[in-house]
Amino acid sequence: MSLVHNFPFFSILLCMVSGIFTSVLKPRTAKWLTLAVAGASLVLNAFTLGLTLGLKDAYPFMMGHFPAPWGNEIRIGQLEALMATGLSAVVFIALAAGLYHTPTFVAEKKQNLYCIMIDLALAATLVMIYTNDLFTAYVFIEIMTIASCALVVVRQNGHTLVAATRYMVMNLLASGLVLLGISMLYGITGHLLMEPLHQAVLRIHESGRYAGPLTVVIALITAGLGIKSAMFPFHAWAPDTYAYAPPMSSAILSGVVSKAYLFLLIKFFWRVVGIDIVIQQQISQFLFFAGIAGMVLASVMAISQREIRRMVALSSVAQISYVYIGIGMGTEAGLAAALFQMLAHSAAKSLLFLSTWELVSVSGDHKRFRYLHGAGYRNVPAGIVFTVSAMSMVGIPFTGGFIAKIQLAAAGMPLGGWTTALVLIALALSTLLNAVYFLHTVVSIYRRRPENIEYALPEKQPRRIAAALFLSMMLTLYLGVGSGPIMRVIEAGLKMFT
Amino acid sequence: MSKRRSDWESRLQARFARWMREGFSGLDDEIMVSLRQETSETLPSEQMADDHREMADTRRYERGIALDRLAQYDLNAWVSRKGRRLLSRLYTVLAMSLGVLMIFFLLKTVAMMPRFGSPDTPMINEVTDRYIERGLQETGAVNIVAGMILDYRAFDTLGESTVLFIAACAVLILLRIDWDEKAGPALELIAEEWDDRHYEPKNDRILQASAMILTPIVLLFGIYVILNGHLSPGGGFSGGSIISAGLILYLNAFGFKKAGQFFTYRTFMWVSFSALMFYGLAKTYSFYCGANGLQSGIPLGIPGAILSSGLIMPLNIAVGMVVACTMYIFYALFRKGGL
Repeated sequence: MSLVHNFPFFSILLCMVSGIFTSVLKPRTAKWLTLAVAGASLVLNAFTLGLTLGLKDAYPFMMGHFPAPWGNEIRIGQLEALMATGLSAVVFIALAAGLYHTPTFVAEKKQNLYCIMIDLALAATLVMIYTNDLFTAYVFIEIMTIASCALVVVRQNGHTLVAATRYMVMNLLASGLVLLGISMLYGITGHLLMEPLHQAVLRIHESGRYAGPLTVVIALITAGLGIKSAMFPFHAWAPDTYAYAPPMSSAILSGVVSKAYLFLLIKFFWRVVGIDIVIQQQISQFLFFAGIAGMVLASVMAISQREIRRMVALSSVAQISYVYIGIGMGTEAGLAAALFQMLAHSAAKSLLFLSTWELVSVSGDHKRFRYLHGAGYRNVPAGIVFTVSAMSMVGIPFTGGFIAKIQLAAAGMPLGGWTTALVLIALALSTLLNAVYFLHTVVSIYRRRPENIEYALPEKQPRRIAAALFLSMMLTLYLGVGSGPIMRVIEAGLKMFT
Repeated sequence: MSKRRSDWESRLQARFARWMREGFSGLDDEIMVSLRQETSETLPSEQMADDHREMADTRRYERGIALDRLAQYDLNAWVSRKGRRLLSRLYTVLAMSLGVLMIFFLLKTVAMMPRFGSPDTPMINEVTDRYIERGLQETGAVNIVAGMILDYRAFDTLGESTVLFIAACAVLILLRIDWDEKAGPALELIAEEWDDRHYEPKNDRILQASAMILTPIVLLFGIYVILNGHLSPGGGFSGGSIISAGLILYLNAFGFKKAGQFFTYRTFMWVSFSALMFYGLAKTYSFYCGANGLQSGIPLGIPGAILSSGLIMPLNIAVGMVVACTMYIFYALFRKGGL
């Protein structure tokens, strides 16, 4: 075993230990450390990705002295490494572009507490991606739950407190459902490690003994992770939470946290239960229809918003629905499209939240569209970046969103009959609706500014914000132009995933 | 302006175009636009007739507005009198029936689950067998539970202690008031008003006397439970909560001023920092050795001795410190104010 094999383990422990270390640092040092940790995690996971590209199969990594069913274990394959690299990159970019603004939202003495939350959210993301043990996943769901609520509540005004309260209630309910599901699953199988769990589930499915509890378990865990990742009928917390949290928190919550839950759900379906059983239990059909409804209805809701940040938040719900359609198809192509959509949305949405904030802050902190006229001229980099990421959301060619939609449509083709028709119609409709509200926003930020409103001169901002935004824009464009290698990694990763 | 133009203004396309231009405008604005349209469409030769029509229009408009207001007022009154109550009642009924349905289904599921403790449950398998049969040799801990949570599955426990730490930090973010600062965010200026430690009972002789006797005993017992975690039931989590109960008793009897002499924000941060840091670094080393097949060189000792079972005892102490600090922090902060 070479040193690189240890890198996922190093990145997880590095995030946790530096999160703890941050608690005694000065705010300024804490911020730089957090940025460095996210960068280090990106580098370590990129090396891991490079290593796994040359491997035939995923390799398990013992977290302790004892082999798997007795001790903890993580499992590293191409898909896991790709997701970990992508999400670390998103956290790094969000920090690079957003840390400068934290004093606006976070009281001076609480800034290192805020950095702790970011570090531990990243650690939880990595563990949820890599873990091979369902209970370890639950422990880090808990960390993620607390960290994500704290990321919202760190900005203490009325709207945010109400939004955070709702978010916390929904999040805790979801944690409870997941925990119930996991403990029932342990009760009927006696295992927590994913491979023996899968064998035990297959035995239950064949013999029919405890088949009832198995259905309940799948439903509970799906509902729990669905609530946490803002799946359509359970999305009620999302618009307020994303809109009133500090922009960097929104970027991390929507770009990274929801993706970690989604990846865990995918792991649960494909590695623990087995997708055939999920399809047989009608759960995947439910996800499919929820996705179809979500991508149309959430877009309609986004159109009727008057504030730019709520609109971006609702579009997040619509975009998550694409992932659920891909999962709900139950095919490998659908899953590959869903995974690509997760990466593309993660890159573009974090960018949208950050650049929206830049635009709002040069418009006198007004979030209504009519005050945003001309914001694209007042902050040129943010305007360009907003335009590009909005194009990715709509699905204009040469952006990540376009490839994701094409893949999803292609995955819908072989299903045949009305399912194909439904996928294609819903995709077309949703693209149209996305175009309506995103292009409306893009047009409105490039309109001449109203004469009767005076804006304060924008203060000089460090170059690194613009640099980070452009870097992230490159990521979105790369996902659109160079999607071939990434799709190949996803497909090869799926082979070693199950 | 031509007729087509006035028609055009109210059509869907035009409204869409206007929306693209300036976003939503209020209903009143649109009405004003249409009124202006109607008035500007006049020709000089029909001035008189137009004046009449304009007046009639205005009157009709005002009557319409008045009727509208009346209807709206009625609706508002109805909503605030009955509608809202009806809606919330419907909501309650729906929520309760959903809850009852969930309870029913979950109870039914529990009835279908394997019976707890019966010999043929799937939970009794090679995993638990090894814990019970070889736990003592492999971890050196007489208390199998301590061996399980701090050696076999130590990574989960690292996560759990981090949960406690992060929960304490989240409560600090939400409730901590820096009241010794001269200036700062608005929150701190109104700290005086929020701070309710003035209302505590002071110098309650009975409470103080019993706390004087009880606190040392409780603390000692907590320390005993932690130190014997690998030998007898107990460990870091239970011992830590016992210690924090002792601290809270002291706080109640003597108030924040005296407790603040030995437990401040800095104490919390440094104690939990050093405990978790030790846990994290020790386990990083031990995991690294374990995963790469190296000898960690940590002796297991003789089972049953106080200094035995490798890292379990130090880890129990670390967990106990984190738990004690966190519980104390929760209690102190929920009284609003600092530490």
